[in-house]
Amino acid sequence: MSPTAVRPVRIIVAKVGLDGHDRGVKVVARALRDAGYEVIYTGLRQTPEMVVDAALQEDAQVIGLSIHSGAHMTLFPAVVQELKRRKATDIVVFGGGIIPDDDIATLKKQGVEKLFTPGTPLQEIVDWLRQRFPAEPA
Amino acid sequence: MVGSELNEGDLADRFRAGDVRALARAISLVERRDPSVRELEQSVRAQRRAPGVVGFTGAPGTGKSTLVDGVVALLRKHESSVAVLATDPNSPFTGGAILGDRIRMQRHALDPKVFIRSMGARGHLGGLSLATREAIRLLGAFGFDEVILETVGVGQSELEVAAVADTTVVVLTPNLGDGVQMIKAGILEIADVFVVNKADLEGHVRVVAELRSMLSLAPKGQWKPPILATIAAKQEGIEELWAAVLSHRQHLESSGRARELAAQRLKDETAEAAAEIARDRVRRSLSEDPALAERLLAEGTPYQTAEEILDRGR
Repeated sequence: MSPTAVRPVRIIVAKVGLDGHDRGVKVVARALRDAGYEVIYTGLRQTPEMVVDAALQEDAQVIGLSIHSGAHMTLFPAVVQELKRRKATDIVVFGGGIIPDDDIATLKKQGVEKLFTPGTPLQEIVDWLRQRFPAEPA
Repeated sequence: MVGSELNEGDLADRFRAGDVRALARAISLVERRDPSVRELEQSVRAQRRAPGVVGFTGAPGTGKSTLVDGVVALLRKHESSVAVLATDPNSPFTGGAILGDRIRMQRHALDPKVFIRSMGARGHLGGLSLATREAIRLLGAFGFDEVILETVGVGQSELEVAAVADTTVVVLTPNLGDGVQMIKAGILEIADVFVVNKADLEGHVRVVAELRSMLSLAPKGQWKPPILATIAAKQEGIEELWAAVLSHRQHLESSGRARELAAQRLKDETAEAAAEIARDRVRRSLSEDPALAERLLAEGTPYQTAEEILDRGR
């Protein structure tokens, strides 16, 4: 096995819901790329089914969701449910957006592992991923 | 190594059962050159069918993904199943990548007969074509009729793709630069079909004319690459493009070139695989045998050391 053959962490980054605010998610995608992750950006207006389908085809370990429409309480858990339905609950879901503290607690209980609110330093997201996915040899 | 829902043990069973996730995992193994995938490859050998393989390459922003999206839609209309392997470059510094080709193909997202996979080029030495060839075989065994390879033509990766595809489509747009740029880029030699996309932009007539005069200077082969105008964003010219691909495929078959190519490529792949195996063996020896590594450093003799390791046998 060559020394380069570590398993790269692949992350699906998707905008769920109907809002078109994708500047933040693109900045996050860029930061993750610069941190050495393979980021698969799927674009705007993704349904939970589309996001999970992409994650399965891309063999991603992580799904990062972004939303600014306020529909996070329905759409984030819907992604988790769809992962259950497709028997892929080992895929980790995290999210970002304008999400009130009360909602964060509820979403975590529903299986969204981590939530980031506006103003989170990018390094904090990277640090969380590093700790959640320590470099593993292939 | 992953959660409980997919372990390598039942990978082959799930692959044969048509589980997309097993296919995706197998491609990951191939991508990181993990030899454990060989067992799966052996066990699905009987299912092997050779899909048609078409490569699309061109500079960033020429509309490759949108064209591929149009071709996928056309193929679906013809009831063909299709897999897309889209390669984007990785950062040479961090290894990270943003793979964004799916964005243009969203309308096929929930179609089970369409499989889209983004691959980072990852800078593995010649490994891209090895990984791509293995991935194509897996996709064939999984039942896909057509495989489309999409790659940004900015370096060597498009040459590797041309070495794997049956038909290579080179995508140009108006205002990419003059004809000298095309010669520099080396794209004239690898193209079986030229597409001038964004044909609604000013200057497309000039690009076509320039291309035509460039091609008239090329050594005469049996196949003369056609030049097609498309407006991918409006789905214009897609059927003509696919017809050109099929006519090239037909030419390969009837001229006997298809069989020659297949034979040559199997030999090439074997040679590349041998290089990969040898490289891994040498790296392992050097890390497991500190005395040998020290002697290499002291004497500065990489070729002799390499031969010595390989002569030892396994």
